[in-house]
Amino acid sequence: MKILVCISNVPDTTTKVKFKEDNTLFDDSGIQWIINPWDELALTRALELKEDVGNSVDEVCVINVGGSLTEATLRKSLAIGADKAIRIDACASDAYHVAGQIAEYLKENPYDIVFSGIESSDYNGSSVGAMIAEFMNYPGISSVTNVSLDDNDILLSRAIPGGKQVVKTETPFVAIVQKGITKEPRIPSMRGIMMARKKPLEVKSAGELPVLTQTVKFELPKEKGACKMIDPEHVEQLVTLLKNEAKVL
Amino acid sequence: MSVVAFAKNWNGKFKNSSYELVSYTKELANQMQTNLVIVSIGEITEEELKKLAQFGADRIVSVNDPQMNVLTSRVYAEVIAQIAKKEHAELVVMTDNNSGKAIAPRVSVKLQAGMVTAVQELPISIEPFVVKKQVFSGKAFTHVQVNSAIRVLTLAKNCFGLVENPVECILEIFQPEMNTDLFKIKIVSEEEQKNKIILTDADFVVSAGRGMRSPDNWGPVEDLAEVIGAATACSRPVSDEGWRGHEEHVGQTGKVIAPNLYIAAGISGAIQHVAGISRSKCIVAINTDPEAPIFSVANYGILGDVMDVLPRLTEAFKNSNT
Repeated sequence: MKILVCISNVPDTTTKVKFKEDNTLFDDSGIQWIINPWDELALTRALELKEDVGNSVDEVCVINVGGSLTEATLRKSLAIGADKAIRIDACASDAYHVAGQIAEYLKENPYDIVFSGIESSDYNGSSVGAMIAEFMNYPGISSVTNVSLDDNDILLSRAIPGGKQVVKTETPFVAIVQKGITKEPRIPSMRGIMMARKKPLEVKSAGELPVLTQTVKFELPKEKGACKMIDPEHVEQLVTLLKNEAKVL
Repeated sequence: MSVVAFAKNWNGKFKNSSYELVSYTKELANQMQTNLVIVSIGEITEEELKKLAQFGADRIVSVNDPQMNVLTSRVYAEVIAQIAKKEHAELVVMTDNNSGKAIAPRVSVKLQAGMVTAVQELPISIEPFVVKKQVFSGKAFTHVQVNSAIRVLTLAKNCFGLVENPVECILEIFQPEMNTDLFKIKIVSEEEQKNKIILTDADFVVSAGRGMRSPDNWGPVEDLAEVIGAATACSRPVSDEGWRGHEEHVGQTGKVIAPNLYIAAGISGAIQHVAGISRSKCIVAINTDPEAPIFSVANYGILGDVMDVLPRLTEAFKNSNT
């Protein structure tokens, strides 16, 4: 069984974002790039499934749509333990375009399971995983918090509002994963980093697909007004303010 | 031409987010000088459907099929795309919740429609079609231009609000052509906590962090939540430590919420936490550290120990209710 993990290359989540050229472009100077946090969890879970000998998972591949800049992130994925990496050489600006590129690759190189993080921490689109499922006509299971492949039964737990659900599916499928899928993301070991240098990182040219959306401008949120401090001895004042000033009660 | 909006129901009942979706799309259809078509899927009464007319739904297309009571994103996307084609939709809109996130991308692919998720307001311009969206987990906004003939939007909850606009409503039944192959996923089991307020739907949220010092100290948090009818939530370290379940984790990698009131008790307010709460209408912070970053995003702050302040606050709310 083979697992493909979609990897998005995003600015470190603590980054203070800046823009340039009259707020039309993201200023990437001094940015520390990381694996999108949910994708990192997905990769970790894929590796755990591979290590569990009962599962017959024999390959974990990572894929990214992006420019050469993203290769450092793919190398990191290899250092964490992925067997190989694919970069599709295109600008990742539109979810339809990105998902379409990954689907094109999948059509030529079938995988049994595709993992995608629930969203990317940069553009917060939450759409690529489900789009891949549609392009491929695969079942897509969203909000996945656990995947188990025991006894050839593929069971996925997913969060539903106010509870959880366990579903059974067949391969191939796309699992859109969220927090809980694994305890903690793995950190590359020294040995992993050494080995990653020898693992394959293939670059593919992009297929002909339309780009349907474009960012025309960035804007920073308005400064928030000062926080009004309430005397801890007189918290009833807060209740009055919430009623009469903030009008939220 | 038309605007098609999918109003989801939960066991045959709509929620405020459904009414908000109708309010938003009615205004949008007016701006675009086109008709609004509301889509409902699964068994539902006529009476419940007509509640949408209060917010401007003058035409509702209902797929009243018990086979579709359980939401399968593939099936729902197929139904919505069929109706969108029939109605010559220029725009398809649904709520940005778990199901909207699963269905909308599929509709986008089916219709080759550019998609923008979690929009918070009406478009900046219709021609070209430009909408504003929060990015970098709330640290910025983008203006996204959609260049395709059809567009798909998901609407963030609790941003636009409910706008009463009572109209006469025409109900139609639609019978989609379905391939049974689409019903492939089997539900094995389901657990739902009854009578618990769902965090992502809640108007009020009481959330607590490491400042509580121990999982045994959650009593005051739960007491306050009960008195004001709030859902409970927590910060990431708290769920990572296993003090509370992951389903309560609010923040960048947890749930993103937009309640009317968010009370953060003993939460320092790391940037990742703020990403999950920045759309709250009002934030109250309780912390012993005056330098805690939570105070820079809060509307109201109380400098003090959560174990003292929370019970006092609970009393104050109780007294104000009587």
